[in-house]
Amino acid sequence: MSPAGVGGARVRIEGVHKAFALDGRSTPALVDINLEVQAGELLCLLGPSGCGKSTLLNIVAGFLPPTRGRVLVDATPITGPGPERGVVFQEYVLFPWLTVAQNVEFGPRLAGVEAARCREIAARYLDMVGLREHATKFPVQLSGGMKQRVAIARALANNPSIVLMDEPFGALDAQTREVMQEELSRIQRVEHKTIVFVTHSIREAVYLADRLVVLTSAPGRIKEMFTIKLGEARDRFAPEFTRYESEITRVVKEEVAKVRE
Amino acid sequence: MNTVTDLVEWGLHGAPLPRGRAWVLRAGAVVAFLLVWSLASGLVVLGNLFNPIFLAGPWRVLGKVAELAATGQLWGHVAATLERVVVGFATGALLALALGLPAGHFPVVRNLLEPIVEILRPIPPLAMLPLFIVWVGIGETSKIAFITYATFFPMFLTTVHAVGRVDPLLLRAAASLGARRTPLFFRVVLPAALPELLTGIRLGVALSFFVIVISEFIGAEEGLGYLINDGRNFFLVDQMLGAAIVLGLLGYAGNALVVRLGRRWLRWERPPA
Amino acid sequence: MIRAAALAGALLAWALVAYGNLALEVMNPVLLPTPGEVGALAAVQIRDGSLAHHLTVSALRIVEGFGLAAAAALALGLLVAVSTPARLALEPVIEFVRPIPPLAFLPMFLVWFGLGETSKVAFIAYTTFFPMFVGTGASLLRVDVMLLRAAASLGASRRDLLRRVVLPAALPGIVVALRLGFGLAIFVIVGAEFMGADAGLGNLIMEGRVFFNPAQIVMGALLLGALGSLVNALLLMTERRVLRGRALP
Repeated sequence: MSPAGVGGARVRIEGVHKAFALDGRSTPALVDINLEVQAGELLCLLGPSGCGKSTLLNIVAGFLPPTRGRVLVDATPITGPGPERGVVFQEYVLFPWLTVAQNVEFGPRLAGVEAARCREIAARYLDMVGLREHATKFPVQLSGGMKQRVAIARALANNPSIVLMDEPFGALDAQTREVMQEELSRIQRVEHKTIVFVTHSIREAVYLADRLVVLTSAPGRIKEMFTIKLGEARDRFAPEFTRYESEITRVVKEEVAKVRE
Repeated sequence: MNTVTDLVEWGLHGAPLPRGRAWVLRAGAVVAFLLVWSLASGLVVLGNLFNPIFLAGPWRVLGKVAELAATGQLWGHVAATLERVVVGFATGALLALALGLPAGHFPVVRNLLEPIVEILRPIPPLAMLPLFIVWVGIGETSKIAFITYATFFPMFLTTVHAVGRVDPLLLRAAASLGARRTPLFFRVVLPAALPELLTGIRLGVALSFFVIVISEFIGAEEGLGYLINDGRNFFLVDQMLGAAIVLGLLGYAGNALVVRLGRRWLRWERPPA
Repeated sequence: MIRAAALAGALLAWALVAYGNLALEVMNPVLLPTPGEVGALAAVQIRDGSLAHHLTVSALRIVEGFGLAAAAALALGLLVAVSTPARLALEPVIEFVRPIPPLAFLPMFLVWFGLGETSKVAFIAYTTFFPMFVGTGASLLRVDVMLLRAAASLGASRRDLLRRVVLPAALPGIVVALRLGFGLAIFVIVGAEFMGADAGLGNLIMEGRVFFNPAQIVMGALLLGALGSLVNALLLMTERRVLRGRALP
């Protein structure tokens, strides 16, 4: 394992379909998804609730098999979950019986990294998310925002080339949410991981994304793709920011309206 | 009774009483209990209502326990009961874990074991006691085997349930950090199931003390259950009550031990602030 | 469906082992009765009416003892829930008596109430009282204070709060406590009938031991198991009726 590996891998989603059995009938959730995420790119998946964006992320993570199609990391097709794809969940999913530091060390420990080195790695990533002084606490003692910081540190400490984030800030209050977005964008400027980020917040997507994919309402297809050319440190009140926001809002609203009909 | 104001502020139980008063009430209740008991047994003696040996007062019961302890008899009985409980329970717990952990984790094992468990579980274990005696005889083995049998089912079922109920998101998180089979089981499934496993173990400990008595009623020469049944044959009510109380204390201690272990192992559920 | 298949599988396994033993004589075949032997014995005892007699005697004892205990548990459970002094006074006494295995008191009941029905009924009542009492009190005390606040803000008086909020909110927990109590009654009736009873399923089983007839023990045990499952299923069904659509704790 290279020390503090920087940079990501490329993800290719080829012709992915996903159908679920519902009341004995096969109901399509995702239809013909073709997508390529460049190494080091932060791609946001956006769409109305129930459009299958989380399903797509779960397929890339290897938690769900696609009904058809495949997902490649660089040139290798995936067959299940793997340590090169770190996952950050909306529900944090920390191991409640481990301390903050032990949670962060979990991945390196499994990979057989020696204990002293594990502690160094944990310290480095806890520093990065600003939680060093909470290292010996248990998850129940942390607030939601702190838990999600630990979850991000845990995913990064395992040195994945890809990080998959499933509405990671969805359960946080509005202020904490913006702080977390700023931290993620700061970390990404250092780590340059390939990140697939699922959200239903347009503001969040415009703030974070290099590229942004809007899915249609169920069954999910790719509706439109936007490249956000706003540079590194973004200002939520800049006119260009607002222009992207209103343009994307219009596209998403069409889909939300379809669900109502 | 609480007013509506109390109810909406504190809930059904109303405002908590001041600490001192609460303690006075508790202590007072215990004293009153002993007093009523003494009075009742005293009245029987004074009023010549019925043969006083049928209702021994608390002091006579305590005296009897002290007497048995002083002559050393008590310890032999306590040791006999404890040995049966410890060996029988430990075997039951080991079996329950050895079969329950794989059954919770692998559907194949569960489908194999469940029919047998399903048919035996609704039968009150006591109904099987005579069968154990017929099969293994009336000695130590049948008593220990019976405790193992009786405690196995609840512990097996809680183990299967605990392992099967582990949050799938935890498994996903661990898998995406690189955990496979063995580490997944030992580092995630087992610690996640531990709280419920301990609940099952507490149930098993309580059940061992519950059923040991009756197997010691039937053909034992030692043990607290024997002491109770012996008391019945000779109308020694003080001995019966004394032995029952000692048994209660042992059960209480057993439970406290598991609770303590739980506090240590489950520190992460409620860590000190 | 799966349970039925599982049950059939287990019966088949028993038949295989028992008849296999009969053929190969691994152990004395008397010790391992076959389903056929047990069935034949049951047929005989059904015909001469003795099985029905044992069953009614046990059932009556269970129902009487359980009924008494349930009434007491509900009344005292309500008392400790609404009155803090009553709770503080009762708790230590109950906690002192509760860890003593109820079966340890069985001989005492025989000494105090004689060998007749009273001792068995009283013993069942004593045993089942504790879990039902503790369960009732806990379910009542667990009622969410937010529900009380919501109802009070809609104009509920104290009476309304107790009748329309506390009782329905605590009902699922109370029903579960009663079901546990009934299960316990079936558990301990056997023990009570082992000692100085002349009828009842426990007596039937003990007779099987005394006259060295394992088939009778197995029959009695299976009968008790079936009875327990049946009653449990019935209680669960009524529970679902009464609590229509509400999740059980």
